[in-house]
This record gives sequence, C-alpha cells and structure tokens, in this order.
Amino acid sequence: MAKLYSNRSRYLDTLNPKEGTVKFLLEYSQALSVINYDKLKFEILLN
Amino acid sequence: MRVEQIADSVLVTKYIQGSENSLAILIERHKQKIYSFIYSKVYDRNITEDIFQDTFIKVIRTLKLGKYNEEGKFLPWVMRIAHNLVIDYFRKSNRIPTFDNRGEFNIFSVISDSSLNAESRIIKDQVESDVRRLIEELPEDQKQVLVMRMYNDMSFKEISENTGVSINTALGRMRYALINLRKVIEKHNIILTN
Repeated sequence: MAKLYSNRSRYLDTLNPKEGTVKFLLEYSQALSVINYDKLKFEILLN
Repeated sequence: MRVEQIADSVLVTKYIQGSENSLAILIERHKQKIYSFIYSKVYDRNITEDIFQDTFIKVIRTLKLGKYNEEGKFLPWVMRIAHNLVIDYFRKSNRIPTFDNRGEFNIFSVISDSSLNAESRIIKDQVESDVRRLIEELPEDQKQVLVMRMYNDMSFKEISENTGVSINTALGRMRYALINLRKVIEKHNIILTN
C-alpha cells in the first residue's frame, strides 16, 4: 500500500473568520430586502 | 440527551421565509470549512476574509432573490461559490499589480508586465538579427562554439565532444568570440539595447 508522507494540516482546522466579518454578514442580511413588483425584483439596503 | 440537528435544507427554507437566525446557524455551522477551504488556496488571511465575505453576500442575495434551487446540498453549493470567487481573485491578481501593506518593500509590486509591446518586439527582433549578422563575421571556430553555447544551449562538455577539442579550448574560443564581438560593436558604434 502506498505510504502517505503528508498529513492534513491541523492549522487549517482551527481557521475561522473574524467575528466582525460574520457580524457584518448578519447585519447585511437584515438590511437587505427584496421587493417584488410585477415581474421585477428590487433589492433595497436599509441602514 | 441527544439534540437533533436541524437540517441545512430546513434552515435555508426558514431563512427564505424570513428567519434571520437560521442564517446565523448556517454560517456558524459551516464557517470553518469554507474559510479553511479558501485559505488553503490563497494563503492570505485578509484575502480569505474578503472572499469569505463575498461568498456569503452572494449566498444571501441568491436566497433573498429566490434564485436558489434545492437541487444540491447547501454546503457544496456555497463551496462552489467560494471556489469560483477564488478563481476570479487569481484572474484579477494576474492582471492588476497589487501593493501589499506588510511594511516590507516588494519589488514585484512595482515592476511592470514583462511581455513586450509591439514597438519593443520590433526593436528586439532588430537587435537579434544584428547580433546574428555580427556572429557571421567571427572566425569559424569561435562562431561554432558561440552558436552551440548560446543558440543550441549546449554545455561546454557537449561542445568539446562535438567539436573534438578540449573543454578549455572551447572555453577559450567562447571568450575570444565575445571579445571580438565587443570590439566590432564598439568600433562601429552599434547599439544593441532595447
């Protein structure tokens, strides 16, 4: 059987995005609303 | 007590119906896998952060616009978006010179594209043809060694085997060939620069 000389880096398993990034995404999601008008869709970002 | 995990597809449906908390759960559940995947390709924390953010912005917009179809699984779909954004990043970074803010001066951030424009290419061709004409004026033995070394990319060992002279003689002929070329160039004021 082939010998594997490389292991998956454990460093990669501990990587996570910054809290600020996740917070931004959740806030972006809350701010974004889509309005349907006829067959059109409008995206609105509310502050 | 065993806690049942809510399936991704259920969370996606709830999110589309307006449950913002479902998105928070989805991000929390998959953030490490997606972030690590991006990092394993770009090896830069800041760029990874940007691509991660862009990935989820795309996810959020697609879900809110109702363009998501539940054919595949949620995670592979997000991974595919991240993968495409990584490709876009490499495409852009090949075209646009970038400055990194790590404090160190990086020469590669300021040097320009090495490929030649039309004018430089014409000059380069002209210079190369001039050099060829000068080489034609060299004594036969020197010309032979120079052509083998510079145009045929042969080692001096191979040249000595092919010409039947010692390596030292081949080296000497090469040296005289270069000296003679320089002499002719200086004598006739030939400009061989691009």
